[in-house]
Amino acid sequence: MSPRTIKLFTKKVFKARHAMGGKVSGEALVAKDGFSARYDLDRIAGVFSRPAHKLAGQSYVGRILVLDTAKGGVASAWMLAEMRSRGKVPLAIVFNTVNPILAQGAALGDIAMLAGFDEDITEAIPHGARVEVDPAKKTVRVL
Amino acid sequence: MRLNREEKAMLAGDFGPVPKAAIEHQLKVGDFFGAKDFVAVTQAHIMADTESLGVHNVEWLEQLARETRGQRTVRIPTITDPRGTDFTKSKQLGQAGWMVDLERRAVDAFVKLGVSMTDTCINYQTIQAPVHGEHVAMGDTGVVIYSNSVCGARSNFEGGPSALSAGLTGRTPRYGYHLDEHRRGTLHVRATYTPVSLNDWGALGGVIGRLAGDYWNVPIVEGLDRVPTSDELKHFGAAMASFGSVALYHLVGITPEASRLADVKGPRMRKHTVGRRDVKGLQASYAVDKKVDVVVFSAPQLSIYELRSLAALCDGKKFKLPLLAVTSPQVKPDSDRFGYTERIESAGGTVFSGMCFYQSYAREIAEANGWKRLATNSAKMVNILGGYGYVPMLASMEECVDAAVSGSLK
Repeated sequence: MSPRTIKLFTKKVFKARHAMGGKVSGEALVAKDGFSARYDLDRIAGVFSRPAHKLAGQSYVGRILVLDTAKGGVASAWMLAEMRSRGKVPLAIVFNTVNPILAQGAALGDIAMLAGFDEDITEAIPHGARVEVDPAKKTVRVL
Repeated sequence: MRLNREEKAMLAGDFGPVPKAAIEHQLKVGDFFGAKDFVAVTQAHIMADTESLGVHNVEWLEQLARETRGQRTVRIPTITDPRGTDFTKSKQLGQAGWMVDLERRAVDAFVKLGVSMTDTCINYQTIQAPVHGEHVAMGDTGVVIYSNSVCGARSNFEGGPSALSAGLTGRTPRYGYHLDEHRRGTLHVRATYTPVSLNDWGALGGVIGRLAGDYWNVPIVEGLDRVPTSDELKHFGAAMASFGSVALYHLVGITPEASRLADVKGPRMRKHTVGRRDVKGLQASYAVDKKVDVVVFSAPQLSIYELRSLAALCDGKKFKLPLLAVTSPQVKPDSDRFGYTERIESAGGTVFSGMCFYQSYAREIAEANGWKRLATNSAKMVNILGGYGYVPMLASMEECVDAAVSGSLK
């Protein structure tokens, strides 16, 4: 483990520049990969389905996704609300960088979202860790 | 965000529950991106095919459309991206009745909200192109990148809920590409190859999109040896937006904000060189099979000039494979009048109107028709359709038409 990684793992609270939604805590699903509701997910089953995605086969339902960037077309703006209506949504999404579409989708779907960190958030949060997302404080905390 | 008197009244519900819901949504998004205030917009464009909406969001639209209190209709010209079907040809596509019914419900709701059902992703060629400096709320990535880059207008990617909200309030949060500070270049691309065909323009856009990587990067391109046409920049930008989530590029000496490099140069720019090998390499990476099941021209919808070219290529041919050419409801009547539709359909093709192939339940129509290997000249479409279980291949319009005749790409 490099000194930089050790330093990241000892830090527990990470501050975002952008935040919305309510406070949630849960298990983190972490990958240095993108996110598109339209192209990466089997939205009926609630799992990542694009074979090349680093989380392929894993359920996102009730998890806190920690990913690199928002991808894909404008359809995702509708899809998070539709997924919520069936209870097949992540608890929160935490991005290094986000585009307006996913932010608009989180606003309609009422999903907590953080984006924009000083560190690579996909390296800072261990996969499987329990984390708390607090949009009012713009923080994600490893519990 | 700082609100003026009218915006405060909207938020308080003085104009009724529909504008109130719209501005509440916009405030969430504006606060997230640190917008200081709203900016008035002159037109909005809504992406809302029912595969994206699902039943839940159609019901949400119907609930808005039933509202009788206060203002229910849009305040500014508000138009739509393609539908998920051509209502006259849904059976030919192999679509189920429930898909068409859901589309009709969405259309009815939008009409009650005062939305004009233009059903097009080439509104900058057919409805009204925005002008330099005009603030708009466009809802298709290809439309946004063309409006920002070629027209010099100002828009973010406005997903369906946000574009509808902009239509209802007549404004949008002032963040991202509405601000000067985001419109400067972040990477400099020297193009050593100027494409000729539309698929090559799309591939060049795709290569640059991948280099850019995300929404906040703005490529500046130098080195093109001529001024591209509207159709060429349509494919170039749509692919760049699709491969890279890019919303703005500048072509030095060509696009309106970039008379000189110094006009748009950012403080720190990555440097790249892109040539013929990159453009052909992207296309070669999709060329995994010779056999083809279906040929599709769509994404973006075809202009009247593209249909003219296609009609000429179809003359005297007989297709073994289905060939689908998709255009807008504005272009289709001209294609009919000029005889292009008849020439394409005499060869065995079909001209569809008001839909887009990948937004029309692409997975389900593939299963219904046994389509897997798809040939197209749209780089945007090959990027998208892999996610729907297709094996998409990128070739020139001429090569695609030949594949419809022979059953395989040369």
